[in-house]
Amino acid sequence: MSWTREQTAARAARELKDGYYVNLGIGIPTLVANYIPAGVRVTLQSENGMLGMGPFPFDDEIDPDLVNAGKQTITQLPTSSFFDSAQSFAMIRGGHIDAAVLGAMEVSETGDIANWAIPGKMVKGIGGAMDLVAGVKRVIVVMDHTNKAGESKVLPKCTLPLTGVACVDLIITNLCVLAVSREQRGLRVLECAPNVTLDEVRAKTEARLLV
Amino acid sequence: MSTKVFPSPQAALDGLLFDGMTLMSGGFGLVGNPESLIPAILESGVKDLTVISNNCGADKFGLWLLLNNSQIRKMVSSYIGENKLFEQLYLSGELELELTPQGTLAERIRAGGAGIPAFYTPTGVGTVVAEGKPVEEFEGRMYVRERWLRADLSIVKAWKADPEGNLVFRKTARNFNPIMAAAGKVTVAEVEYIVEAGELDPDAIHTPGVYVDRIVLSTINEKRIEQRTTRSRSEAAQ
Repeated sequence: MSWTREQTAARAARELKDGYYVNLGIGIPTLVANYIPAGVRVTLQSENGMLGMGPFPFDDEIDPDLVNAGKQTITQLPTSSFFDSAQSFAMIRGGHIDAAVLGAMEVSETGDIANWAIPGKMVKGIGGAMDLVAGVKRVIVVMDHTNKAGESKVLPKCTLPLTGVACVDLIITNLCVLAVSREQRGLRVLECAPNVTLDEVRAKTEARLLV
Repeated sequence: MSTKVFPSPQAALDGLLFDGMTLMSGGFGLVGNPESLIPAILESGVKDLTVISNNCGADKFGLWLLLNNSQIRKMVSSYIGENKLFEQLYLSGELELELTPQGTLAERIRAGGAGIPAFYTPTGVGTVVAEGKPVEEFEGRMYVRERWLRADLSIVKAWKADPEGNLVFRKTARNFNPIMAAAGKVTVAEVEYIVEAGELDPDAIHTPGVYVDRIVLSTINEKRIEQRTTRSRSEAAQ
């Protein structure tokens, strides 16, 4: 049984420590906010210019001037602050944000990440992803282990345009948790989802695994 | 005595628009957009614009109107998503695009307003963004040199202004607006409220009036929501 989207998000939430300032990307990473363990205080940063994001609003609380980086309506907390885009990225680039959780199209065995374009087909744009992977202390990728064609998204080398080089620390997929090794080239298998075997992970991973 | 307050978006832009100009336009997605000034630029028919803005509006809204009317030659942006026309024109080569990481875009604009022609950033090293740019090592890490951005005209959206042009923004509608206000040779601010001198707390002003040349009351405050996301009270009670 591989992890569902929710379970993958919950597994990522366990990486967040008390007192952390965290930036969550769009998609599964956004779900991480729902699974922050009790007793762990995490402050969420949104790169469009907010620290201290609250939950989604009730219908009668919607404020069009209050959105997250995915342009979703959100709420503020008594401790929130707002600031301009230069200030927002100064805190990201300056190393003041403890962790970023983001999605990816491909990740390599050396911690490279690609998540913004498929040449000739699709270009969503870079947004804040390149700044986040360059500046945040710990970069956690959350994604499906394979693409729709069943091919590994964890590769020896990325084939798509890069977002950042040697910047990913941890990869959490629907199958397993992989740590990028700084000592030797490869990914350490830290954990498999329930009833997922190491052989299955090996079979579905093109990147070099350190076991 | 001179006044910064203008009676309409058209009047606030009078004499400032010319073909081939560089325009900065505030906003993140559709939040904090100069919604009233953009249609006035559409009406003017000014063309061959280079537009610096995080996005280019969204389908049928904001800067999309200028793109759809073939008034934009080049965009300097970080994000295209949710704008099919932008993606199509870029992929077909009809629109020039300088795709810039969001933080680099913000800092280039900040630098432009602050008189800093270039700076080094770790963002984008080893990616297409750094291609053709000088890369230098500082204390064991590689950084790429990025240049400032300045504009002939900046159009921004604020919540409140006083007659001096001191601006206060609201929540996440601040985004690129303050730094763009500083990076324009001329800056026009459209605002939801123009208050009397003395009503704004000088300690709580986000953009000092020196950066703002003209002020106009917004005539359009649609504030379209791109992703209406809510929770229910029963769900919250669990």
